[in-house]
Amino acid sequence: MARNKEALVLLLDVGPSMHSVIPEIEKVCSMLVEKKLIFTKYDEVGVVLFGTEDTDNELTEEVGGYQHVVVLKNIKVVEGDIVEALQQLPRGATHGDFLDAIIVGMDMLIKKFGETNKGKKRLCLITNAQCPIKEPFEGTKEEQVTTIAKQMIVHGMRMESIILRGKLSQDANKKIMDENDQLLRIFSTETSARSTYVENPVSLLGALRTRNITPSTIFKGDLELSPKLRIKVLVYKKTAEEKFPTLKKFSDKAASTDKFATHEVKVDYEYKSSQEPDKVVPPDQRIKGYRYGPQIVPISQAEWDAVKFKPEKGLKLLGFTDSSNVLRHQYMKDVNVFVAETGNTKATLALSSLARAMKEMNKVAILRCVWRHGQANVVIGVLTPNLSDKENIPDSLYFNVLPFAEDVREFQFPSFSNFPAPIQPNEQQLEAAANLVKMLDLAPQGKEEVLLPDFTPNPVLERFYRYLELKSKHADAAVPPLDDTLKKITEPDDELLQQNKSVIEKFRRSFELKENPRHKKSRRLLREERYGSSEENSKGEIPALASNLIEDKSNVEVDNIGDLTPVQDFEAMFARRDNPDWVVKAIDAMKNKIHDLIEDSHEGDNNSKALECLAALRKGCINEQEPKQFNNFLRDLWSFCQEKNLHGFCDSLSSKGITLIPKSEAADSEVTEDEARSFLVKSQPKV
Amino acid sequence: MDFEHESDDPFRDDEDDPDAHLSLEKESTKEYVVYLVDASPKMFTSTCPASADDQKEESHFHIALSCISQSLKNQIINRSYDELAICFFNTREKRNIQELSGVFVFNVPERDYLDRPTARLIKEFDRIEESFAKDIGSQHGIVPGTRENSLYNAIWVAQALLRKGSAKTVDKRVLLFTNEDDPFGCIKGAIKSDMKRMTLQRAKDAQDLGISIELLPLSHPSDPFNVSQFYAELIGLEEDELADFMPSSGIKLEDMKDQLRKRMFKKRIVKKLKFIIVDGISIELNSYALIRPTVPGAITWLDSVTNQPLKSERTFICADTGALVEESTKRFHPYKNQNIVFSTKELSEIKRFSTGHLHLLGFKPLSCLRDYYNLKPSTFLYPSDEAMDGSICIFIALHRSMIQLKRFAVAFYGGSSRPQLVALIAQDEIIQSGGQIEPPGMHMISLPYSDDIRLVEERHSEKVGMVTRASNDQIKKAADVIKRIDLKDFSICQFANPGLQRHYAVLQALALEEDEIPEIKDETLPDEEGLARPGVVKALEEFKTSVYGENYDEECEANAKPSEASKKRKAQAEVATKECENYDWGELADTGKLKDLTVVELKYYLTAHNLPVSGKKEALVSRILTHMKK
Repeated sequence: MARNKEALVLLLDVGPSMHSVIPEIEKVCSMLVEKKLIFTKYDEVGVVLFGTEDTDNELTEEVGGYQHVVVLKNIKVVEGDIVEALQQLPRGATHGDFLDAIIVGMDMLIKKFGETNKGKKRLCLITNAQCPIKEPFEGTKEEQVTTIAKQMIVHGMRMESIILRGKLSQDANKKIMDENDQLLRIFSTETSARSTYVENPVSLLGALRTRNITPSTIFKGDLELSPKLRIKVLVYKKTAEEKFPTLKKFSDKAASTDKFATHEVKVDYEYKSSQEPDKVVPPDQRIKGYRYGPQIVPISQAEWDAVKFKPEKGLKLLGFTDSSNVLRHQYMKDVNVFVAETGNTKATLALSSLARAMKEMNKVAILRCVWRHGQANVVIGVLTPNLSDKENIPDSLYFNVLPFAEDVREFQFPSFSNFPAPIQPNEQQLEAAANLVKMLDLAPQGKEEVLLPDFTPNPVLERFYRYLELKSKHADAAVPPLDDTLKKITEPDDELLQQNKSVIEKFRRSFELKENPRHKKSRRLLREERYGSSEENSKGEIPALASNLIEDKSNVEVDNIGDLTPVQDFEAMFARRDNPDWVVKAIDAMKNKIHDLIEDSHEGDNNSKALECLAALRKGCINEQEPKQFNNFLRDLWSFCQEKNLHGFCDSLSSKGITLIPKSEAADSEVTEDEARSFLVKSQPKV
Repeated sequence: MDFEHESDDPFRDDEDDPDAHLSLEKESTKEYVVYLVDASPKMFTSTCPASADDQKEESHFHIALSCISQSLKNQIINRSYDELAICFFNTREKRNIQELSGVFVFNVPERDYLDRPTARLIKEFDRIEESFAKDIGSQHGIVPGTRENSLYNAIWVAQALLRKGSAKTVDKRVLLFTNEDDPFGCIKGAIKSDMKRMTLQRAKDAQDLGISIELLPLSHPSDPFNVSQFYAELIGLEEDELADFMPSSGIKLEDMKDQLRKRMFKKRIVKKLKFIIVDGISIELNSYALIRPTVPGAITWLDSVTNQPLKSERTFICADTGALVEESTKRFHPYKNQNIVFSTKELSEIKRFSTGHLHLLGFKPLSCLRDYYNLKPSTFLYPSDEAMDGSICIFIALHRSMIQLKRFAVAFYGGSSRPQLVALIAQDEIIQSGGQIEPPGMHMISLPYSDDIRLVEERHSEKVGMVTRASNDQIKKAADVIKRIDLKDFSICQFANPGLQRHYAVLQALALEEDEIPEIKDETLPDEEGLARPGVVKALEEFKTSVYGENYDEECEANAKPSEASKKRKAQAEVATKECENYDWGELADTGKLKDLTVVELKYYLTAHNLPVSGKKEALVSRILTHMKK
């Protein structure tokens, strides 16, 4: 049994005012359960709906009341049917009372677990809190909420509420909303409940943590300001990338009838001597070697342990410095947070006073850290203050790793002021840019910051888990396209663009942007160098690709290879006899053309054209007795494709049988028949 | 895995983005450098003021050598596949393939003139000054009355050395160190112009072959190096570049090393990106990896008997049938008691979002960029007009507006390994003492998603009613401490990585079979002397008293009180030690009866001797035997 198994009750408002956001709620909640099915499959989940037409809960049977609250799923270990139920939430017809729902949820947790499972019982409320809650039988609403909050603490429950506002709530009674906000705030102050206000569908998807990771300390001990002053701290990870899940390799060798087949592929590594390829060297006969220039220096683990750098565990302050001395882009890794030891008031105060003083003075602290005993390296990093705005959350410090001198490359770049005047933006252009920067605003005053990282889900993971669920039902379903909500993360928001149409239009008109005709040329020149045309002395420049080439072809002799009919152009150039240089030029131009085609190919859509050109080039080179030109080019092309992982093209080479020109086809060739044949064999992907 | 092909270039971007390579110009992958060092007597007599606190003056020759030595040590770590040659000119002895006089190529056995750096080269080069006068000797190469031209010879030798390797794949460079701005000053008349012309022609020939010649001039405040005298023409400086070339007349050693360091690494474009600003306006950017962690190079497994490298072979075995299989194109993930199978194509489809493009979403004030929005090192972006005319202009306009309005851009970057939201921060150029400290451009910082951010502080919230805010007095005392322990000129390049330095010191020592491993100074330790200054101590004391009251030390002890767990552990250890004495371990081991004991009994020994108690019974037995040296 997992130690950290959690019991969660989802309290979902499905009343009429919620209908427009229910699709997003379905997505985020089913994702939550999907992840539980994968990562914490012993967790238990229950689902309570409120604002429904019907009433179905134990409390109403026992004591009456609690109308329009339906227990959709009782608390149980996560299963696929919960996902399905969450994907098709019913649309309710009445106004729900979130407090009723909270009480029903608490009741379920208490009945199921009693006093046990402290701290692992969680309620999660999603509502727009637009409807008033009922007046209590006695006392005020505030008193009632306070009592309930106290009960939550007694039973070790945590609550998380996600409250929909802004675009997500419709025209509602402001007074009721304020009252409800007030009531919900009691939960946050009385308990450690977290309430999150979200204003758009993207942040709704991101607001609910779909995966529950219990933080573990990286370091526990003293933050040493000086040998005489140490503050007890705990260090946790503040950010850590949630990776795309690692999938196992699938083997279909097992019989389809075999129910117990694992379908796994085991990867086996064997180390073999380079002289005797058949001899396997056992692990205990292996020794690690490190490169030092061309030498490989063997060092055994024991030797290494004896001499390696062994810093002492601990966090030492080097000093404080102006925050401007550390630039934001110098942060190297994911971020840690320093909090005071739990329950240690003095340490909490010490950190708080440091953090507040640093903030006031605009200073940061530089630290030398060795997190673990036996760590082979030290870390230099910067502490920045994180002042809490909530009474019950203490101040803390963020820690970012800084680079060492070895980690920084000081490349020089031209100053912008050194560019010639025509390249510099003029007044009017600067104004257009400034307006764009001002108006394309993602953090408008008084509104929720758009795409706040804390509330923005990872579209790749969203897509993966949705696809996983889909595939569990339809094994050959195609990858679904991004839905509109997720598109708001990857593409600019249409609404924002619409609002700023004139600013954008002005910006667009202020700048002239055109495809650079020199570009093709410069790339060509580069490539010419690459393919060693210097040897052939074909310095005669291939003129830039003329766009009007095609129209002019009738009356002008072809002097370059165009985009439309490269093979014909090539043959035409070959046929020109006014100057023997044309052959060399044609060959070079064709090489460039082929290269362009492959390089610009998207998923191999240019491959067939490139192959045609290559075949034409091969024929031409045989006719003109230039086998070397072709062979060298093919080899270069080959390695280029390998390097760029363009295996698709290499494969089609073999399928078309285009290989080196052997001696038998052109007398000047230095390539033997066998070599030509084996050239393609080489192209088979390595196993 | 094939280690041969594993590049240990730490500045390579870790992101392997096959699609992005399509748009990437193929760039040189290697660099060949010839260091040409003037060894004329003037190099020995002229000096530079050394660092400010040390009044000793150092000769230009020494400065040049220590710069090179430094860069060799960096190179063998970072770019050991690059090749180099060290060549002196104006020497008494000669050593070069062409048998030209006045030019001496320095080398060590088992190495070509132009070759990868070796430990031995570095070591002997470090000692070269001791034997220089005896083995190589300094001598004016260009003197009236002869037609000898040592500079001409030197460039010719360098060019010949760089004949190796094709210009397609290799960057070829000559770095010329000299303090003589007028090498033909002592010659008069037609001979002078003749020699000058020949030398310039030679340099031009070299440049035509794709060799770039770069000048690192040394000078003294009282005798500035006049680059326009002769060298501007040699290295092909334009009129308007002249002013920038010599940043300041008195170049100190450190600056010189910096200069060399900066020039040592040629800019490498990691990727070309299309930055879509608004519909219809996309500009071209190049991305560069300016900051990446340097790690010790890859491990190569060797056969401990022959010390020959081993080849690793990977085989795929079907776990069900035991049959050898080819690498499968299918992956699966267990879900709801079934295996969900994906093809690799489907998987890459999931991750595909406008690949390789950077899509502007909007702008936010810099204050929105919280300190915890970070996951990995940033990437630097600089515009290019190569494919799109106007890119630079638009970039500069945005850059300037963003700095003025203190805003950063939020964009979506469709890299294939992790498509993500990024922050683009405009960085203004920073120039200090003539050198560029920060280049102008934008830094791209990957932003975390909500799943990547952990709510630690909230989990850590205190019970209601506890005081968590420091009082004003406490804050004031903390401010005093901050004022006292101030690192005025802190810069991130201040510290060398002690672990890495140690690693290479050990390697170098082992590679050269030296007995002693040189001590590496750990620059990252706090300044104990500084912390012991009375003012600092006083400020710390006051802060301590204000937060902890008078009894900090007692509290420390109280805190040092062992926790429940450690108490229990201690008690267990005591029991184990006692129990352990009841056995004659030596005899049990000798008679092979250890295996007859129970695991609990075996653990007595292990616990008593502070050894790990994990593993199977056999492991425990063998651990005991190892510990007893049997």
